[in-house]
Amino acid sequence: MNPVNYLYLAALLFTIGAAGVLIRRNAIVVFMCVELMLNACNLAFVAFSRMHGNLDGQIIAFFTMVVAAAEVVVGLAIIVSLFRTRHSASVDDASLMKL
Amino acid sequence: MENLIALLVAAPLLGAAVLLCGGRRLDRVGHWIGTALAAASFVVGVVLFGAMLGYDAEARTMRQHLYSWIPVEGFQGDIAFQLDQLSMTFVLLITGVGTLIHIYSIGYMEHDERRRRFFGYLNLFLAAMLLLVVADNYLLLYFGWEGVGLASYLLIGFWQHKPSAATAAKKAFIVNRVGDMGLSIAIMLMFTTFGTFAFGPVLEATGETSEGKMTAIGLMLLLAACGKSAQVPLQSWLGDAMEGPTPVSALIHAATMVTAGVYLITRSGAIFNAAPDAQTAVVAVGAVTLLFGAIVGCAKDDIKKALAGSTMSQIGYMILAAGLGPIGYAFAIMHLVTHGFFKAGLFLGAGSVMHGMNDEVDMRKYGGLRKYMPVTFVTFGLGYLAIIGFPGLSGFFSKDKIIEAAFASGGAQGWILGTVTLLGAGITAYYMTRVMILTFFGEKRWQPAPDPDKTASVEPGIEVHPGEMPHPHESPRSMTIPMIVLAFGSVFAGGFFSIGDRFVNWLEPVTQFDHPHPPISVPVITGMTVAVLLAGVAIAYLQYGRKPVPVVAPRGSFVTRAARRDLLQDDFNHVVLVRGGEHLTRSLVYVDHTLVDGVVNGTAATVGGLSGRLRKLQNGYARTYAVSMFGGTAILIAATLLMRAV
Repeated sequence: MNPVNYLYLAALLFTIGAAGVLIRRNAIVVFMCVELMLNACNLAFVAFSRMHGNLDGQIIAFFTMVVAAAEVVVGLAIIVSLFRTRHSASVDDASLMKL
Repeated sequence: MENLIALLVAAPLLGAAVLLCGGRRLDRVGHWIGTALAAASFVVGVVLFGAMLGYDAEARTMRQHLYSWIPVEGFQGDIAFQLDQLSMTFVLLITGVGTLIHIYSIGYMEHDERRRRFFGYLNLFLAAMLLLVVADNYLLLYFGWEGVGLASYLLIGFWQHKPSAATAAKKAFIVNRVGDMGLSIAIMLMFTTFGTFAFGPVLEATGETSEGKMTAIGLMLLLAACGKSAQVPLQSWLGDAMEGPTPVSALIHAATMVTAGVYLITRSGAIFNAAPDAQTAVVAVGAVTLLFGAIVGCAKDDIKKALAGSTMSQIGYMILAAGLGPIGYAFAIMHLVTHGFFKAGLFLGAGSVMHGMNDEVDMRKYGGLRKYMPVTFVTFGLGYLAIIGFPGLSGFFSKDKIIEAAFASGGAQGWILGTVTLLGAGITAYYMTRVMILTFFGEKRWQPAPDPDKTASVEPGIEVHPGEMPHPHESPRSMTIPMIVLAFGSVFAGGFFSIGDRFVNWLEPVTQFDHPHPPISVPVITGMTVAVLLAGVAIAYLQYGRKPVPVVAPRGSFVTRAARRDLLQDDFNHVVLVRGGEHLTRSLVYVDHTLVDGVVNGTAATVGGLSGRLRKLQNGYARTYAVSMFGGTAILIAATLLMRAV
């Protein structure tokens, strides 16, 4: 199978993720969209690794997973504490960080 | 012996420190301390003079290096002294006349409750002036120069409760500042030209640099001299300086302050010799001031102001002589010394008259005082004969030499200067005779004492009962003795100096000397001088001696009125400098408000407005930030791709 198709899929997933981050208000959904973008990147890296015949892309994919795992821990903790204080998971409600 | 030089300055400086810091507990002895330390300085001066006479004429310069003041690589400012024949002359004049004035002040200031402070200032004045004349470099000279300015400010404004005295002090200080600027610029020019400002190296190297630079330095030095010596155009402070106590006037006019300019020009003779243009300027300033002061002196009814005009005129003679180069330096200093004697005597005499007349200064309200104040009359009279140059007295010898040197300066310049100096001698005879007749001769024109509430001219501490007629009386001995000593100087100093050209030979190693060769023979010049002098006396006698003098000054001609107003010097300064300065500052303020403030405020408003708009981007919504991030990334990627494609 032509590896370029994987790149198309990765681009599609990244676009869906990006659109979700920009459009959705629910923090959990936004969070999942971010994960979707990360995984789209991973897919692209692995595809490039396959295309170029070296392992660099795969190694970077592992790094991305580690970073993503750490991000999940911190991000979920923030969302949970946000929900506890505000009884809402809407990202637009947390708009106090401005002048 | 050299180590004594510092003591000259240290003694009065110590006096000033003790008297000014000592507080009220010294009130009862303060004047004795001040006088003793001034006298101590004089004794040291005499001892040094004796030692100096023991050396060969060429090897008489004594030096003392006290310490390095500013020891910087390539900039050596030293507290170091140099005492040569020129400095020695000044030291003896300053300390001698200064001590006499101290003694006189004991009696004159007896009723002033701030007498201790007065003596402290007097000592400070002496110390600053001594520092000025014994310094061995221009930087230290400048230090003394500023010290003289400060002390004169303090003394002119000594009766600071009188607004006129406070104003006069400020005026003297500010006008002097203009001159001081000249001196500081001259010193900077010297440093850039020669890399040093010690007298020795600077004055030896004058021939090696361009004439233009020498002219610039010379003109700046002349500006400085104009300020301190009250020469046109910086002469306006001298008349107002009469607001100070009379001993201060005597000190300023005879021993310290106004002689500093003559000293500066004579000391810097090598610079002026190398710059003929600057010399011409010096001569012109001297000639103009000589006539200016004399004309002002003719019209003043205030005895002190008439004498002030006379000082201005006599200093003009000295500056003129100093501008003539080696033929004039020695005569300038000789006239300075003899003038020191008779002008101090005249001022002390004027103070004595005022003392006896309830501090009245208007000569039109004197008259017939010779019977009541015999000592003052005789000493003042001898000073008068000396200043007009009566044959045989001091002023005759010194002024006659200057007139000869003026004629000898060559060509048209010589004839012009000779005529001016002759004319000046005639006018001097006229106004001094006028002072003499108005004060001591004629009928009594005494007026009852003014109401002290209505006039500010009454000196404090002296009891004046409104409406009381003055009771003129001879002054106490502490005042008459200095006058008698000075009268001796006025009579004999000139003759003593002139026998065998003693004074000229004494100064010759320092100032050089060329014998003047006037185009007309010396006896003819002397004859002309005496004739002009007698004419001046005769005119004054016809005007004031033959007919009664009105108590209220007549309106007078246009010239008289102008001369009464100091030939409109203050009006000129007001219109040109004050108004001009005001217009300049106003327009500068306008430019500042519109242009500078406009740019600053405009920039601030623009930045403020822009940031107000930019602030709206920070709305707190995470998704907005995400959009800007995505947008930015997209633009970056697009730009990268575009660059690569190109």
